[in-house]
Amino acid sequence: MNKIYQVSSGDFANAGKVSSALKGTLKQLNLDPKDIKRIIVALYEAEVNVVAHSYGGEIECLIDPQVITIIVSDTGPGIPDLKLAMTEGFSTASEEVREMGFGAGMGLINIKNNCDEMSIDTAKDNPTIIKLVFNIAKGDNDA
Amino acid sequence: MKLSEVVRIVDGTVLCGEDNLEREVLLGFASDLMSDVLTLLADDILLITGLSNNQAIRTAEMSDILQILFVRNKKPTKTMLDLAQEHGITVITTPYSMFKSSGLLFSNGLKPVY
Repeated sequence: MNKIYQVSSGDFANAGKVSSALKGTLKQLNLDPKDIKRIIVALYEAEVNVVAHSYGGEIECLIDPQVITIIVSDTGPGIPDLKLAMTEGFSTASEEVREMGFGAGMGLINIKNNCDEMSIDTAKDNPTIIKLVFNIAKGDNDA
Repeated sequence: MKLSEVVRIVDGTVLCGEDNLEREVLLGFASDLMSDVLTLLADDILLITGLSNNQAIRTAEMSDILQILFVRNKKPTKTMLDLAQEHGITVITTPYSMFKSSGLLFSNGLKPVY
């Protein structure tokens, strides 16, 4: 199963809609609730990042019985110093983002802690592509 | 602790999810920082927050938190309450501060997450 969702820059009113939609899908597929939670928490942080920091982008979810892959790609402006961005507490978030309850420099760390594999392809003035891989607990889901 | 007891202790008003007041809540977590809330692994948490916007509801939804207490008489919008209702989240508001609400609930037996 393959799903693609669009995410608009700055659209805080709708930030979380993609994560909510995927959560519904994963519930229907009877995934372990613990797996659903870590996938959705990571995805929600990534979705908020696209809304808060990028020019907009899309989220692609590839759902297989044993592995779920999420590719979050935006159209820029890219992360100039990825190592710094991965430092807990570092944030370039605007006041608006902080008022939403984010921007404490925890997002990328939260994402990393909830997935089994994470890779980030980015550079200043370039798109950012984040690939997240989740290995699914063996259960009787029928994804 | 039953949600109905939470309402009584903080002199709260239930804004949606009145049908769930018999639900048991074991833990309390007070924060305005949603990324912090998103790190929680435990279940049956009451989120106590002064952050009254869509992301507070969305964060609860993503974290499987089914009850939110808004402090200092924060008034959630209709959009927020509709979203909460859609996901079975009970929303309570209290005139008390986050500190007073947390203190009262803690002293009445609600446990901290950490």
